[in-house]
Amino acid sequence: MSLALELGWGTTLAIKTIIVLAIIPLGALILGYVFLLKVMSHMQSRLGPMDPGGFHGWYQLIGDGLKFLQKEDVMPAKADRHVFAAAPAVIVLSTFLVFAVIPMGPDLVVKNLDVGVFYALAVSSLSVIGVLMAGWASANKFALLGALRAAAQLIAYELPLLLAVVGVVVQAGTMSLQGIVLSQQNGEVFGWGAIGNPFILTQFVGFALFLVASQAELTQTPFDMPVAESELVSGYMVEYTGFRFLFFFIGEFGTAFGFAALAATLFLGGWAIPGVHGDWANILGPGVLFAKLMIVAFLMFWVRFTYPRLREDQLQALAWKFLIPIGLANILVTGALKVAI
Amino acid sequence: MPDETPDESPEPTAAEAAGDATQDATSAEPTEVAPPEPEPEVAPEPNPVHEELLALLRGAGFADGAIIETADAHGGLVVRVANDQWRRAAEVAKEHLACDYLTFIAGIDWQPAPREGDEAGGDTSSPVQPTEMTFGAAGSAGRFQAFAHVQSTTKKWGLTFKTDVDEADPRVESWVSVYPGADWHERECWEMYGFVFDGHPNLRHLYLPFEFEGHPLRKDYALLARIVKPWPGLVDVEPMPGEPPGSESPEGSAGSASGLAAQGPGDEAREVDQESGSPDETSEAKVGGGDES
Amino acid sequence: MTELQLDPSALRHLADAQVNVELDTGDMILNLGPQHPATHGTLRIVVRLDGERVLSADPVIGYMHRGYEKLTEFRTYPQVTTLINRIDWLSSFANEVPFMDAAEKLMGVDAPPRAQWIRTTLTELSRIATFLLFLGEMGLQVGALTPAFYGFRDREHVLNLIEAATGGRFHPNFNRIGGLKDDLPWGWIAETRATMKIVLDACDQFEDLVLGNEIFEARTKGIGIIPGAMGTGYGVSGSNIRASGVDWDLRRDGRPYLAYPELDFKVWTHPDGDSYARYWVRLQETRESARIVLQCLEAMPAGPIMAKVPRIIKVPEGEVWVETENPLGQMAYYVISKGATGPFRVKIRSASFSNVSILPWLLQGVYVPDVITILASLYFILGDIDR
Repeated sequence: MSLALELGWGTTLAIKTIIVLAIIPLGALILGYVFLLKVMSHMQSRLGPMDPGGFHGWYQLIGDGLKFLQKEDVMPAKADRHVFAAAPAVIVLSTFLVFAVIPMGPDLVVKNLDVGVFYALAVSSLSVIGVLMAGWASANKFALLGALRAAAQLIAYELPLLLAVVGVVVQAGTMSLQGIVLSQQNGEVFGWGAIGNPFILTQFVGFALFLVASQAELTQTPFDMPVAESELVSGYMVEYTGFRFLFFFIGEFGTAFGFAALAATLFLGGWAIPGVHGDWANILGPGVLFAKLMIVAFLMFWVRFTYPRLREDQLQALAWKFLIPIGLANILVTGALKVAI
Repeated sequence: MPDETPDESPEPTAAEAAGDATQDATSAEPTEVAPPEPEPEVAPEPNPVHEELLALLRGAGFADGAIIETADAHGGLVVRVANDQWRRAAEVAKEHLACDYLTFIAGIDWQPAPREGDEAGGDTSSPVQPTEMTFGAAGSAGRFQAFAHVQSTTKKWGLTFKTDVDEADPRVESWVSVYPGADWHERECWEMYGFVFDGHPNLRHLYLPFEFEGHPLRKDYALLARIVKPWPGLVDVEPMPGEPPGSESPEGSAGSASGLAAQGPGDEAREVDQESGSPDETSEAKVGGGDES
Repeated sequence: MTELQLDPSALRHLADAQVNVELDTGDMILNLGPQHPATHGTLRIVVRLDGERVLSADPVIGYMHRGYEKLTEFRTYPQVTTLINRIDWLSSFANEVPFMDAAEKLMGVDAPPRAQWIRTTLTELSRIATFLLFLGEMGLQVGALTPAFYGFRDREHVLNLIEAATGGRFHPNFNRIGGLKDDLPWGWIAETRATMKIVLDACDQFEDLVLGNEIFEARTKGIGIIPGAMGTGYGVSGSNIRASGVDWDLRRDGRPYLAYPELDFKVWTHPDGDSYARYWVRLQETRESARIVLQCLEAMPAGPIMAKVPRIIKVPEGEVWVETENPLGQMAYYVISKGATGPFRVKIRSASFSNVSILPWLLQGVYVPDVITILASLYFILGDIDR
């Protein structure tokens, strides 16, 4: 059975744009509901929302979104108006751009860039600018403290993120995400090809590094100093209310969705199931990717609800003195083994 | 001062001042209002801890006349020192008495609070206090006193120091150089009483806004709440259980206000005790209900 | 190097900034509070920061000052009981005990033994309640969201017990001069035994979840060290000073009160004096309180719960000083009576006042996140500071 469709590039572009635009809020919604509201609640021996929508409160976040949309637009009197308004847009923009390269099937990718990995990581670090803009424009000392902490933290943790991914790139031989998925699908473990060769088996150090670094990139506990709830009360987001806060929320969870998708693609095989090719892969691919990224997201959120937060200097020490040397060692070993084996 | 006071003394009156701590001597003479069962007054044993403390104090090299008076207030030692020896007292306590712990520093205003209303007229705004100025343990030279308590965490003892503060020019030496915690206590004492602490680095308001005028804990500073809204007096008059309606009377309004405030099942048991004279059955029955394992 | 001459009046709004030609980056003044999730209420700390380091801290208190010492001069003794319930509202039963003791000493009345034992049990239960809250919310202040919920969940059981006995979860107002308002209800003792098992399990859980967490250790070890001598000079009491190695507990070392002389319990100390030590000491004390409650339930005597006191309480003339080991520290009352139905002067010595007075000294040179950790570990209640 063939699902080949002949579409003009304009139609294709329109469809891809709509899908990407829809995925972010949808992804944020799903992650937010499942993990933030339900999984966290159960871990804290409570139930979470149960009423909205009847069944286990599934409508809660949609209702919250609608509520935010109809709120008054409050801006501090001394705030820098344009920068204040633009900051959330910058953050959400960087999230959208990441999804341009994540493949959901052999043909389901907005643009299969040859430097996919490089592009994804570069674009995801645009959010630092948004954070700094938000903190500065808020005319609030707490926001400024949070923004400065965030800037230092996000920049520091870019490196471990990158180094973790380099190991994967070395092993796959290509920077294109589609290529990485295919090499995992077609690879073999000691001659046994039933599960392909998910890079998590050999790049387990890289996987751990990627998880830790993406936790920090998302400013989630234990790295949520910029947003330390009990100190800075939302840090750089403190002056944002209403739909601007909704943007931040979507940005945060959308980026979590994006990083989880990246981790699933790089380490768990993305949309691929070994043996499933062609059209079936196009149909099952999104579902498979979704399942894998939910596993990764579960790990990330589990850590978020359990651990206290590291202090800023401890956080920096962890990145520079601990994670980066491990990442470098990982690349060394991977490179040596790639050549040798 | 008897350490072991008689148990369950009925109707202690003001005259039977079991706690009259201004005299160290034995109160062996029975008072005018004789209690139903004459208890043999026991001569107070000298408290060994107090003796030791006083011996150390006297041997510490104070100036002459520094220790004006000492007293025992229900088991606690109170020492009144001269105003110009106040800081020296702290130093002595810290060095010789091993009192490393500062408990508090505060003030007392012995002047009776001026009372606007008249209790016969139904003024229940506050309990009726005696109108003549009397002083407590270790006496006082005047209206104002500063007092402080220090303790030893090693020797497990403590004592209270008192000193007289001149009413016209209330000055006291600061203890900040001896106990760093005195900082806040003295700030509070200054803003509440107006005592100026010599040697305090930064005497400013602690609790009250910085532009606040007046010293609230002084007795002549009226309680604002009573001025803003006059006390309504006894508004809900209900007959006591068992009494016919209409027999209720605000017997000294302050008294019944407190009597009503203390109402509860325990009080009913007490009432039954006093009136029917069968205390044990009632309380035993209650106890039997509550005590089980 | 020329001195920049500026008009002083123009600088009034930069009250604390240093105007220096060498262009050192100005210090930032940050207001932590009075509305802030970390300050446990309306406490305001004005910190001068250099980046993230605190140069000086000045707590501003009094946002909750209710003027208790003035009010007590206008109240009768039973009315004062209602007032002082609300000083430390998390362990309200324990606030009443020293005042009741003082009034009873002045009157020469002894509460009957059963009342004393029930008072001991309820005091220890309120200690457990407030410490369980602390164990949970210190994790929250440091960033772990989950222990706070566990703390509240386990505390509910204890609050239910207190409510069953006294009728009120938070402000029981159960003490009367001479004893208690009422006796214990049916089944309370068995229920309390079961709850103490839950409390001990919860303590084990907190030890695993919070104390054993490496990040928690990294955030609290070595932070906010109070040397013993400094602490006593400031009047720091309770678990805070025991965590600095000072072996002092008024239940054992002060004048005997309630049923403590007949109980067998251990006083926990820790040599370090940092925030970790304070958490550790309170955890051990929660366990110890649970054991004390179990002992009380075993040894509870039968008898009346109220001594014979007149209906209108007139306390004879005298002065008395009574101090007790409250959950927050040393709480004491100096009651001066002139023989009226109400006191003449009550000096309320509350623990948190002295505990917080050490902050200007303690917060120098720490990071902003450490300020939060230190505040959480000192564990004060605003009503206790501000009275």
